Amino acid sequence: MKNIKVLGTGCASCKNTMQLIQEIAQSKGVDVEIEKIEELREIMAFGVMRTPAVVIDEKVVHAGGVPLRSEVEAWL
Amino acid sequence: MSNIVEQGTAIRSLDRLADMPSRYPLLFLLTASMLWVFLYANLSGLAAAVIAVLPLNQAGHLADSLRFLIYEAPKVLMLLTAVVLVMGMINSWFTPERTRAMLAGRHEGVGNAMAASLGIVTPFCSCSAVPLFIGFVQAGVPLGITFSFLIAAPMVNEVALTLLFALVGWKVALLYLALGLSVAIVAGWVIGKLNMEPYLEDWVREMAKVDPDYKPERLTMSDRLQAGFESVREIVGRVWFYVVIGVAIGAGIHGYVPQDFMAGLMGKESSWWSVPAAILIGVPMYSNAAGIIPIVEALLAKGAALGTVLAFMMSVIALSFPEMVILRKVLKMRLIALFVGVVASGILLVGFVFNAVL
Repeated sequence: MKNIKVLGTGCASCKNTMQLIQEIAQSKGVDVEIEKIEELREIMAFGVMRTPAVVIDEKVVHAGGVPLRSEVEAWL
Repeated sequence: MSNIVEQGTAIRSLDRLADMPSRYPLLFLLTASMLWVFLYANLSGLAAAVIAVLPLNQAGHLADSLRFLIYEAPKVLMLLTAVVLVMGMINSWFTPERTRAMLAGRHEGVGNAMAASLGIVTPFCSCSAVPLFIGFVQAGVPLGITFSFLIAAPMVNEVALTLLFALVGWKVALLYLALGLSVAIVAGWVIGKLNMEPYLEDWVREMAKVDPDYKPERLTMSDRLQAGFESVREIVGRVWFYVVIGVAIGAGIHGYVPQDFMAGLMGKESSWWSVPAAILIGVPMYSNAAGIIPIVEALLAKGAALGTVLAFMMSVIALSFPEMVILRKVLKMRLIALFVGVVASGILLVGFVFNAVL
């Protein structure tokens, strides 16, 4: 099972990112655990300067803006 | 049978057309810009033709307002799309990581000017303001220089400048660029001189230092074009609605509000307090450049003074209440108060100087 974290302080793009990942994981039948990290201190610990950012299994794979559908599909 | 085959070829050639930007990015840019120029040049004629066939009083207020809307809204959106596409491509050279590496350890003065200029070309979204702020400070970018970046980035951006250019004219756009940069440079410089580091929240100061080094991404032309499409999708997708609403309100003001109505309220001859009042009204208003500029244009056309209107616009974009709430997580009250005070004074000065000179 993949552990996915969406980092963001709660703007609209962060929510859209979360939804997009959930939706694609569901349609592909991939088992994922999605967490939302809103605490600034935790976000900064990943060293990202742009939100929303996506972390998969403790590795930052994306920062800044909602990811493309094709990108999310490639991660899963 | 032959029908199906034909359909197959049609779909294949459509596919190939959709592949064009990634396979031949330069050819795509060339074709697209030729089409764009042709459409843009003929827009006014097209709009006039549409109005002429409508059954309404061609000299009335309604026709006036409609003409403004049918011509103005597509014109502004076309210009915006083109500029955002190009800026999206330019942005791909200036990631925040790279900007941070360029600014780390800079001296005040030159550093402030660099930071404000980089604020224009570095992609910036207000929801990333705080992570960006911390990232800069962690990597050793001086506080005042970080502020110069943070003030310039939202205020002087391609959307604001394009809309000013399209609706008000290039002179005002250029003035806005120069004054916005000056406010950001001077305000950042002042904050830097006052040694405000103790007024960062404690946890921010205690965060581990970060090495500003970065490894540049290798991008091809088609990757950059892709980045351009991405920002069109994101930025134009977000602001087009505000532009249309803004243009519609502007069109209403054009057609129905009597000429020189604003001259009494926001005009040159009105009292000294019109500039500070415009700034105060601007702070709680939370809008982006896209929504506010069409209204700005209409206000100007009805006799409002340029300095007052520019001050109002800068205040709406640069000083917003929600942003301060987010900044409170990383700055102590005193530093926020100083930030607001310094930026507001800068804007005030811009307003007064403009009203006095022009």
